[in-house]
Amino acid sequence: MQVNVAIKETTLNHYKNKRKVETINLIISYIILSLLALVFIFPFLWMISTAFKVPSEAYTIPPKLIPKTFTLDNFIQGWQYADFTRYTWNTIIVTVLATLGAVFSASFVAYGFARFKSRYSNILFTIVLGTMMLPNQVLLIPTYILFSKLGWLDTLKPLIVPSYFGGGAFNIFLLRQFFKTIPVELDQAAKIDGANSFQIYFKILLPIIKPALMTVAVMSVAFHWNDFMTPLIYLNSDEHFTLALGLQFFQNSYGSSQVQMLMAVSLITVIPLLILFFIGQRYFVQGITMSGLKG
Amino acid sequence: MKKKNTNSEKRESRLFYLYTSPFILGFIIFTLYPVVYSIILIFTNADMTGTGEFVGLANIKKAFTGDPLFYKSLKNTLYFVVVSVPLSLVVSFLVALLLNHKKIKGMGIFRTTFYIPYITAGVAVTLLWGWIFNAQYGLINYVLSFFGITGPNWLSDGNWAMPAIIIMGLWTIGNTIIITLAGLQDIPEQLYESAAIDGASRLTMVTRITLPLATPTLFFNLVMGIIGGFQVFMQPFVLTQGGPNYATYTYMMHIYNNAFKYGEMGYASTLAWILFIIILIITLIVNRTSKYWVYYEN
Repeated sequence: MQVNVAIKETTLNHYKNKRKVETINLIISYIILSLLALVFIFPFLWMISTAFKVPSEAYTIPPKLIPKTFTLDNFIQGWQYADFTRYTWNTIIVTVLATLGAVFSASFVAYGFARFKSRYSNILFTIVLGTMMLPNQVLLIPTYILFSKLGWLDTLKPLIVPSYFGGGAFNIFLLRQFFKTIPVELDQAAKIDGANSFQIYFKILLPIIKPALMTVAVMSVAFHWNDFMTPLIYLNSDEHFTLALGLQFFQNSYGSSQVQMLMAVSLITVIPLLILFFIGQRYFVQGITMSGLKG
Repeated sequence: MKKKNTNSEKRESRLFYLYTSPFILGFIIFTLYPVVYSIILIFTNADMTGTGEFVGLANIKKAFTGDPLFYKSLKNTLYFVVVSVPLSLVVSFLVALLLNHKKIKGMGIFRTTFYIPYITAGVAVTLLWGWIFNAQYGLINYVLSFFGITGPNWLSDGNWAMPAIIIMGLWTIGNTIIITLAGLQDIPEQLYESAAIDGASRLTMVTRITLPLATPTLFFNLVMGIIGGFQVFMQPFVLTQGGPNYATYTYMMHIYNNAFKYGEMGYASTLAWILFIIILIITLIVNRTSKYWVYYEN
């Protein structure tokens, strides 16, 4: 009897200790995560802070997070230093058109892979997966020569048109997976009702896989908005620059002596991405998780 | 009956090619043709327009014997890969481990915070880091001064420019964190429960359950990290233009300069293929080692 009680007590103590340890663990986890979160977010705060400072305050030691005098001049002046309105417009054109291309082209092709068979369909799908492995850098130079022969240098076309040819291997792969989750009976029922294959794709299946299309769209927007190398290679004249290129140009000409303006303009170009992220967060997470799945 | 069947098969096959035709065309124009073309370019001295003469193996010879920047840029890129890939794997695993605690509240907020730098990673935030690394007024050297350390001139110091770019890269590991976290969340809860009954400590659970079962994800991240790391371009191009004194001059910059600055398309194609082969060999080696450390369910 007594022994039993003693055992009970020790197990109880053991449990209490264990819970204590767990609480301490949890608190430590929170502290580390919060510190890390601060490290990740602080550069942005620094960017915002610098963007609102007057020049004399931007270049001071010790630096201050909250400016003494807030100014909007950096945004206005910085924006006018170069033709940023034009760059924004070009970036929007490229991003929107390339994303539309990726969404429709990839879903079109993915529908083909998910719903129809042919003697070579398996081989062709292996080729889709294979192109994901192929490194961009070997394609870069011949593709440049190709576009130069087409007379497309210094136009936005090389940044847009390729998206319409399949919309990227990963997107095809991702959307095919989603099409496969939809029962074929749905197609057959629509067929009996007189729908042709394109109507089935466009009117019935596309609305169902809308979340997956959103995933493709948000990732494509983020990619094209940030893309630096393609514009750098293909665009020469100022009037065709995208924001990424314009920012780099601005930094080379004035940026190092006008950091408050550089930060102001940079901040403006980042804001659309932040908005996109907060609206489409779950689609981003889905896309990233899917990209891990293929491994 | 049989005839009807083959007819519908034919019809299905036609539809298959109809719908996949954008990809097939794109594959021929933007993959197959460029691949063949760039292999041909290796043996020519083609200029920006693609015209040139056959030069045999001269380009390959030049890379290995007549171009000191080939080795320099390769060395810099290897330095970047060897330091940044393992670092980002370890850091993202540790962060994912912390986030995977089922009692952590506000996980979404943390996840968002870690992910935002990755989404915004472009020229704008690269310029921001240029400012953070500013030797005189920058944030990092200010923080270091709290600890009595006089920070280096980061981007204009040959020894510190590459570490600076690596540090900046660590800031954008959000996607690796999320992939790792997804991998950790796939680990069945029962495993931890039965380990707890057996009296296993948390550390034991991490080293005996979490880490082994996360190896497929780590392997994926490792391979993607190596492939991406070898192609590092924008950050050094924007921050340092490859300087000071070629300290951050990466292989991709060398390809870019030869192709689009000097118009040596033949030589640049040769460099691109050498890079591809290097990445391929390293990936194959990593893949070979995977059977010793990657856990597969079957």
